[in-house]
Amino acid sequence: MEEKMISLTIDGVQVQVPNGTTVLEAARKAGIRIPTLCFLKGINEIGACRMCVVDSGARALQASCVLPAADGMVVKTNTPAIKEYRKNILELTLSTHKKECLSCIRSQNCELQKLCLELGVEFGDKYEGIKNDYTIDDLSPSIVRDNNKCVLCRRCVSVCAHVQNIGVIGPVNRGFKTAIESPWGFKLNQMACINCGQCIVNCPVGALHEKDDTDEVWALLADPDKYVVVQPAPAVRAALGEEFGFPMGTSVTGKMASALRRLGFDKVFDTDFGADLTIMEEATELVERISNGGKLPMITSCSPGWIKFCETYYPDFIDNLSSCKSPHQMNGAMIKTYFAEKMNIDPHKIAVVSVMPCTAKKFEAKRPEMGHDGMADVDVVITTRELARMIKKAGIDFNAIPESDFDSLMGESTGAAVIFGATGGVMEAALRTAYETITGTKLKDVEFHEVRGIKGIKEATIKIGDSDVSVAVASGTGNAGKLLDEIRKGNKNYTFIEIMACPGGCVNGGGQPIVSAQEKMDKDIRVERAKALYEEDRAKALRKSHDNTEIKTLYTEYLGKPGGHKSHELLHTHYQKRPLYTD
Amino acid sequence: MDQSKEKFAQLQELIDSLKNQPGALMPVLQGAQGIFGCVSEDVQKFIAEGLGVTLSEVYGVATFYAQFSLHPKGKYLISVCLGTACYVKGSQTILDKLSEVLEIPVGGTTPDGKFTLEATRCLGACGLAPVMMINGEVYGRLTPDVIPGIIEKYRAKED
Repeated sequence: MEEKMISLTIDGVQVQVPNGTTVLEAARKAGIRIPTLCFLKGINEIGACRMCVVDSGARALQASCVLPAADGMVVKTNTPAIKEYRKNILELTLSTHKKECLSCIRSQNCELQKLCLELGVEFGDKYEGIKNDYTIDDLSPSIVRDNNKCVLCRRCVSVCAHVQNIGVIGPVNRGFKTAIESPWGFKLNQMACINCGQCIVNCPVGALHEKDDTDEVWALLADPDKYVVVQPAPAVRAALGEEFGFPMGTSVTGKMASALRRLGFDKVFDTDFGADLTIMEEATELVERISNGGKLPMITSCSPGWIKFCETYYPDFIDNLSSCKSPHQMNGAMIKTYFAEKMNIDPHKIAVVSVMPCTAKKFEAKRPEMGHDGMADVDVVITTRELARMIKKAGIDFNAIPESDFDSLMGESTGAAVIFGATGGVMEAALRTAYETITGTKLKDVEFHEVRGIKGIKEATIKIGDSDVSVAVASGTGNAGKLLDEIRKGNKNYTFIEIMACPGGCVNGGGQPIVSAQEKMDKDIRVERAKALYEEDRAKALRKSHDNTEIKTLYTEYLGKPGGHKSHELLHTHYQKRPLYTD
Repeated sequence: MDQSKEKFAQLQELIDSLKNQPGALMPVLQGAQGIFGCVSEDVQKFIAEGLGVTLSEVYGVATFYAQFSLHPKGKYLISVCLGTACYVKGSQTILDKLSEVLEIPVGGTTPDGKFTLEATRCLGACGLAPVMMINGEVYGRLTPDVIPGIIEKYRAKED
């Protein structure tokens, strides 16, 4: 069906847009950026904050984010009255805001601060509002909420309820007492929050942030008795550069390795190695399940947000979950056994720090089953944002430092591991290995384009030898739920499924650099960051996990075979049903 | 116990009858408020599960509208009229005195669950202003000094 085009005039500029376009979007096409605060493209379009008001000739100013453009419409976006109106809204917002801007975690990356600068708000104390003095909720292992800074935009509420289909927060009370929180005074850790952190990356201000664990890392680095090993996840390299002014989609793998070394880590390993290891185990598990009549579809287990979602909301699928630990947990387990033995270091003196694009990994690392002999596989998890803060604090000139490689033994990786960070990546990596394992023949083309891209649910049938293997990939727990509902109803049937909790996969994880809603109107971060990973995959000499030479050595010297006894002891785990509320 | 079971069965019936309608949450909450006298945590969880919405949504609506009360009301509901006639005749001082005697704010319930204090609009007994009502029984031509005696009478009731 052909879209009907309409024509309107915005600030004297004539612009043509498809019918159904909002004035906000149409203005953008005319080169006019209307300020927004509560607006979040495709997720929170509610016209609540009134920052984006325009004069369309109607009786009152109208919110352009929910105002459909009409043919022949004449719109003004920047009259003196509108400017005054917007400034007033900001001043009212500031009247209840805890203005901790000097030290706020979002300073210089705060949408409210930026608007105040742009619209000329002077001191922010024009009105004296009611300060509610909320207690900061920092009891979750992953997410901290400071309602004293909340602007009630509801972006976190929308993403939690409508994208992730969880809804553990919402507006409560009314008037000055309105707050975004969990019902009945529950703290986030008492709710079935999956710790994905999508609320954080969509918050315009400093009301939400990750639980900062950098002090723990600084302390480990300063402790002469500790041997501190670090490992960054695949998606971190695709986004860390943004914190230092690199364009979105720049891979900074080599600089990241150098920066980690300069921070003082004793070994700089790579979670990509763990990703290759995961594929060895997971592909073996899949082949076993298929040939021995095991539970199918098998579903990937790399994403701890997804795991908690499954345990809480879809416990009937727990047996479908791969028993494989996630890559960084596998790495942690290998660092404290294989590596420790090889280097003759007391594993109790080793601390493993994971740098993750993910806030849920902080929860995962604390799961009691993620360790052995009283040692946790991973001691501290920090996010991409926390690593960036550490690099800045240490005075490391990220732009100037040369690139370097990861340390050997557990630093080698293949292209299959790199793409773990994008939705469909784990599936593709597993297919590369499963195909060659099952058929005994080399893949002509290692790229499986049918499982790539940012579509919420992707389906494909892959020919492996004589059989057709039916697979599906979902990202975002809302999409995961839809997919599982279809399977529950018996409408769909698959052999293998990849699920990631965050939309687009880890590249868009809750621990990644925060991109403003305005910037997200122009580019899709899921696409841009994934590009960096697929490029890195293409540039790798080895692109299949089973070709990784250090992985081969690990199996020959230590583990024996994939899915063997030692693997099961160290690299596999189990899951549990979880309640909706914990008192 | 059985009484509570009966009430939940009644609520379930209401949920079933409205479940597939858009905007079912409001009428269900109103019904629940009528059945239980309040929409407590258990009742809200029951509604959330029954309607397939989140507890956040239920609690958000319940705390937005003044007509819903989250906690059970006291055995004796004291409603002090703040309508024009009563107000002019000093019903605010009656309300203040009650608040002082019961040691609860307006809208509150005593910790023993005996009294809930509310302000209300015109009760239609302006000739007796200032007026209050305790569980339907009307007290007129009040002065603050008679309040302690009236409360004492209810405190002494054993049943």
